Amino acid sequence: MALINVKTKEVQIKIVYYGPGRGGKTTNLEYINHTYRDQIKTEMVSLKTHDDRTLFFDFLPFDVGRIKGFDVTIQLYTVPGQVKYNATRRLVLRGVDGIVFVADVQKAQRAKNIESLNQMYENLETYNLDLFKMPVVMQYNKVDLGKSNTPILASEILQRDLNSILRVPAFEASAITGGNVIPTLKKIISITLASIQDQLF
Amino acid sequence: MLNQSQLDAIDHAIETHLMAAGLDHVIYMDMGGNTIAKHDNGKSRLDSTAFAALAAGNFAAVDAMAKLVGESEFSLLFHKGERSSIHFSKVNNDTLLVSMFSKDISLGMVRLKVTEAIKAINRVLTDTTIV
Repeated sequence: MALINVKTKEVQIKIVYYGPGRGGKTTNLEYINHTYRDQIKTEMVSLKTHDDRTLFFDFLPFDVGRIKGFDVTIQLYTVPGQVKYNATRRLVLRGVDGIVFVADVQKAQRAKNIESLNQMYENLETYNLDLFKMPVVMQYNKVDLGKSNTPILASEILQRDLNSILRVPAFEASAITGGNVIPTLKKIISITLASIQDQLF
Repeated sequence: MLNQSQLDAIDHAIETHLMAAGLDHVIYMDMGGNTIAKHDNGKSRLDSTAFAALAAGNFAAVDAMAKLVGESEFSLLFHKGERSSIHFSKVNNDTLLVSMFSKDISLGMVRLKVTEAIKAINRVLTDTTIV
């Protein structure tokens, strides 16, 4: 739940990038870090394994300015995608306000996307959070691979697999080149802010 | 959401029990990694936003470890460094008090002061007359 400090007039919002391993969650944050360097107060914090995969989370806070007299800070987190780290993924979801689900468009990853989404639903339930009431944006990442003859899933298939019931905004993206990374971010920020406005104003 | 009077009272509790005892930094935060109150002695800089995120992750990880060994929780954590040390203590199910101090202060003194501060903060959180 967003932390609203009436004394310091600050709002802290937690957005988590969730999805299967090697799907591009960390790459999303790295691109945002590079793009919004001026608004980012601190270095991006990454807890990685020796082979450079996310061990615990990546963390990136940045200011989005003032809204109704409150300084709004968005805190972006990723979760480790590797299957064995589910306990850690659950921990990172604590207090989440909005989620970007980063799916991998490679055909070979189809089952892993679905498995990851189902597990996210279960992990949210442990905090009594309902995925269907949570601000969520879908990102179908790695569409650039289509140009290099890697078999990729059509967006219609991904929509059917992942978004036929949720019906949340979805973007085709390429985190490595930055394609649709910022529109994804802007969308999750706007719908998350809208969801907490009753608490704020 | 805490109201302004509660936040003032929490600041007061941290100032009188902890900062007055000579601690370097004190952060009162929620388990999601958000800072609620932060205090420092003005002598050193700390990236409190990133620190709080890591502290929440650290505390949550240790909490999960407690469950694995059959404990309901480890309510206190302590990291000792050469020059400075960090003391983590659970205030209630949702919040955490993190205190950083130099080698000039003993761990025993910090534990005593932290206990007093936690009692004071819990009084603030449960006292419905503070508006």
